[in-house]
Amino acid sequence: MIEAYELTKVFDDFLAVDRVSLSIPAGSVLALLGPNGAGKTTTVRMLTCILAPNSGRATVAGYDIIEQPERVRAQVGVLTEQHGLYERMKAVEYLDFFGRVYRLEAAERRRRALNLMERFGLTNALDKRLGEYSKGMKQKLALVRAMLHNPPVLLLDEPTSAMDPHSAKLVRDAIIELQRDERTFLITTHNLTEAQQLADKIAIIRSGRIIASGAFEELARQFVGDPVMELRTAAPFNGLVKDVSDLVTVESSGDDWIRYRTTDPYSINPALLRRVTGLGVDVVTLAPVSQTLEDVYLQVVKEDEGVPANGERGG
Amino acid sequence: MASAAVKTVNTGTIRPGVWAQFRWTMSNALIITRREVRDSFRDWRIIAPIVILTFLFPFLAQFVAGQFVNYVTGFGAELIGERTIPFLLMVVGFFPISISLVIALETFVGEKERRSLEPLLSTPLTNTELYIGKTLAAMIPPLVSSFGGMAVYMGSLVFGELGWRPQPMLIVQIVTLTTVQALVMVTGAVVVSSQTTSTRAANLLASFIIIPMTLLIQGESAIMFLAPDAESSTGIGALWAIILGMVVVVTLLLRVGNSIFNREELLGRTIDQLNLKSAVRRIWRHMRMVDATGRPARSLVEWYRGGVFASLGRVKTAAWITIAVFLLALAAGFALGQTPEWRLTLVATGSLSETATNLGQYMNISTQLGGFRFILWQNARILLAATLLAMFSFGVAALVLTPAVYVVLGYLFSQVLLSGVNPTFMFAGVLTHGIVEIPVIVIATAAALYLGAVVTKPPKGMTVGQAWTAALGDTIRIGIGVVLPGLVLAAAIEAYITPRVVLLALGGG
Ligand SMILES: Nc1ncnc2c1ncn2[C@@H]1O[C@H](COP(=O)(O)OP(=O)(O)OP(=O)(O)O)[C@@H](O)[C@H]1O
Ligand SMILES: [Mg+2]
Repeated sequence: MIEAYELTKVFDDFLAVDRVSLSIPAGSVLALLGPNGAGKTTTVRMLTCILAPNSGRATVAGYDIIEQPERVRAQVGVLTEQHGLYERMKAVEYLDFFGRVYRLEAAERRRRALNLMERFGLTNALDKRLGEYSKGMKQKLALVRAMLHNPPVLLLDEPTSAMDPHSAKLVRDAIIELQRDERTFLITTHNLTEAQQLADKIAIIRSGRIIASGAFEELARQFVGDPVMELRTAAPFNGLVKDVSDLVTVESSGDDWIRYRTTDPYSINPALLRRVTGLGVDVVTLAPVSQTLEDVYLQVVKEDEGVPANGERGG
Repeated sequence: MASAAVKTVNTGTIRPGVWAQFRWTMSNALIITRREVRDSFRDWRIIAPIVILTFLFPFLAQFVAGQFVNYVTGFGAELIGERTIPFLLMVVGFFPISISLVIALETFVGEKERRSLEPLLSTPLTNTELYIGKTLAAMIPPLVSSFGGMAVYMGSLVFGELGWRPQPMLIVQIVTLTTVQALVMVTGAVVVSSQTTSTRAANLLASFIIIPMTLLIQGESAIMFLAPDAESSTGIGALWAIILGMVVVVTLLLRVGNSIFNREELLGRTIDQLNLKSAVRRIWRHMRMVDATGRPARSLVEWYRGGVFASLGRVKTAAWITIAVFLLALAAGFALGQTPEWRLTLVATGSLSETATNLGQYMNISTQLGGFRFILWQNARILLAATLLAMFSFGVAALVLTPAVYVVLGYLFSQVLLSGVNPTFMFAGVLTHGIVEIPVIVIATAAALYLGAVVTKPPKGMTVGQAWTAALGDTIRIGIGVVLPGLVLAAAIEAYITPRVVLLALGGG
C-alpha cells in the first residue's frame, strides 16, 4: 500500500530525510520511531505530497506521489502534527467542510461525522466552537477529520500524544479495528508501548536515516539478543549460579533469582528445572523477562551513536 | 465495505472537456471560498467596517457632495462641484476594498501562522483550486461592500434632491477600476504573504501595496478633476489607460501568485529568515557548475562549454522576444521620424559634412581616446540598470529600457534617409561595432528578461526561490562570460575603429 524508495529531502543545505525506504503492505501498521528532529514528520509530509522529495520515489495506494499527488491525497487520511483547526467553527461545520472537500454526499458526510464523533466520545461537543476544545479533544477531532472519508491509507503523526489513557485506548482500538478492515497505517509516535502494541513493523529513524526496521521480535533478537529467562526460588540459595553453570550462562543474579539467556527454552528450561529441583531448591517461578520496545529502541539508538554521522550533515 | 467507502472519495479524476474541468475546479475552489467568507463574517473586526462603509459612509459622502456642490456653485464654480460627485463615488468604492488587503493577509498568512493550512494541504484540492478559492474569499466581502456602498451613494444622489445624472461610461470605469484595484491588492497580498510567515511581518510588507495604491488613487482623483474628456461619453481616456495597466499588473501578479502558492513554498519554510549565506553559496555553485549534478568547472573552456552555453540555451526564448521587441523599436523610431512634426532641422541643410557633424552630436560618436572607457561604462550602466529594474518588474523593464536606444537609432536612420544622403556612413557608424555590440545587448537584455520573468513561471520541479537563484546564477554567468568581454570589444571597436570607418564612408578627412 505504501512503497517508498530512497526518499530524500534537503531543506536548503540541511539533509532532513536521507534515502528512506519503507514498505507497508495493505492491512498492516508501521510505527515510525525516532528522536525529535529525526525526520518523521518530513517523511509523512512527503508521503502526502505536501513536500516534494529531492530524490527518490514512492507510491501510496498505487499512485505515484510525484505524478499523481491529487489521487494520493484522496486516498490518505492525515493526522498532521499540528492539528490547525479553525477555531471559530463548530465541530459539525468543520467536519462538514472537510466532507465537502472530499466530495462526500451530504447524508454520508453527516452520518460518518456523527459516527466518528460518537466513537471518540465527542458527541456532546458537536456544537462547541473548536477554540473552546481542550488539547486532547482537538486531537481527537483532528483524527475524526483524518478518518472522515474512510481512506484506505492513514498517516497519523503522533495520534495520541495529548490524550488521556482512556482516549488513547479508544484510538488504539479504532486503529486495530480499521486494520482488520484492510486499512494501512503509518504511525509516528514517541509512545513505545503503543507502538509495540499496534505495529506489525517498526522502523527507527535517526538523523534522517532508517537505522533499524522489522517486526518487534526480529529487532529484539537483533539488538538485545535472545530472550532472557528469570528463575525465582522460594528462599535464598547460595551457589546456585555455580551449580547450573554447565547448563546456562547466568547473566545476572540475586539472593533468590538468576537470569540467563537461551536460544532453546524448550530443552533448556525443563532441564534447568529438573536440576534445581534435584538440588532441593523450591522454585516459585520460571518466566521470560519481557523485552520491551524501549530496550530495543534505546539499544538501537545507542549502537547508532557509535556510527559517525554523515559528513554532509550540517545545519 | 472498503471498496464501497473508497468510491465516495474525491479521486481528483481528470474529467474530459475544458469546460467540465473548469466547473470542477471552480466548485472545489468555492468550497474554500464559502468557508472563508463565512469565517470572515464571523469576525466583527471585519463586519463592523464593512457595515459602516456600505451603509453609513455613502450617506456621509452624499451629504458632503451636496454641501460642496452648493458651496462652490455659490462662487460660480459648478464644474468643480460636478466633478466632486464621481470623485466621491470612487472614494466610496475604494474604502471597502482596502479591507480586502487585510482579509487576504489574514487568509494567506494568518492560516500559515495558525498552522491550519497543513490539513487543507493534505486534501485532494489542487494548488490552483486553493489559490482561486482563497483569492475569491478575500475579494468577495470587500467587493460586496464596495458595490453596495456605491449603489447606496448613487441612489441617494440620483433619487435625492441633487437629481444627479451620471455619465454611464464613467460609472462603468469607476466600477471596473474598483474591481481591478481589489484584485491588485489581493494578488499582491498573496505575493507578500508568501514571503513571510507572520501576520506582523506581512502587515509591514503590505505597505509596498498600500502606498502605490494610495498614490494611484490620488492620480486618479486628479485625472477626474482635470481631464479634458471628463464628460466624454466614452469615459476618460487616462482612466482606461490606468485600467489597462492594472489588468497587466493583475495578470502578472496572478501568475506569480499561482506559482508561489504551492505546497512546497507554503510549508517548505517555517520561519522568517533570510539565509543569505546559503543563498550566496547556491548562486556561486550554480555559476560554476557545468552539469545537472552541480559539478564545478575545472577549466575556462569547460566552463564556457558546459556552463555558459547552457545558460545561453535557457535564455533562448527570451532572446527571441528581445529581438522582436528591438525590431519593433527600430520600426517605431523609423515611423516616428517620418511624421512631419518630428523631423530634425538638419534634414534641410543638404550639406554632407554639416550633416555629419550634426549627426555626430546626436549619435555621440566619440573620437576621443577617453571614449573607450566612456562607451563601455555607458553600455554597462544601461544593461546593469535594466537588469536590476527587470528583477522588480517581472522582466518588463528590460524590454522598455534597452529598446529605447533602438527607437533613437530607427529615428536617426529615417532622418538620414529623408535628407537624401547616402546612408552608408550611418551603417558604418552603427554596424562596425554593432556587429559585436548588438548581439551582446540582445543577450544581456534576454538574460535580464529571463531573470525577471522566471518568478512568474519557475521551471517544473523548482520552487520560486530555487528558480530565481538559478536564474541569477545564469545571469551572472552570462554577464561575466559573454556580456562583459563583448562590451569591452564593442567599446574598443567603437572608440578606435568606428570613427575611421565613418570618415572613410563619408569620403572626407
Ligand atoms: N520547513 C523546514 N525548513 C527547514 N528545516 C526543516 C523544516 N521542517 C523540518 N526541518 C528540519 O528537518 C528535521 C526533521 O524534522 P521533522 O519535523 O521531520 O522531525 P520529527 O522526526 O517529526 O521530530 P519530532 O519528533 O520532534 O516531531 C529537523 O531537524 C528540522 O529542523
Ligand atoms: Mg514530528
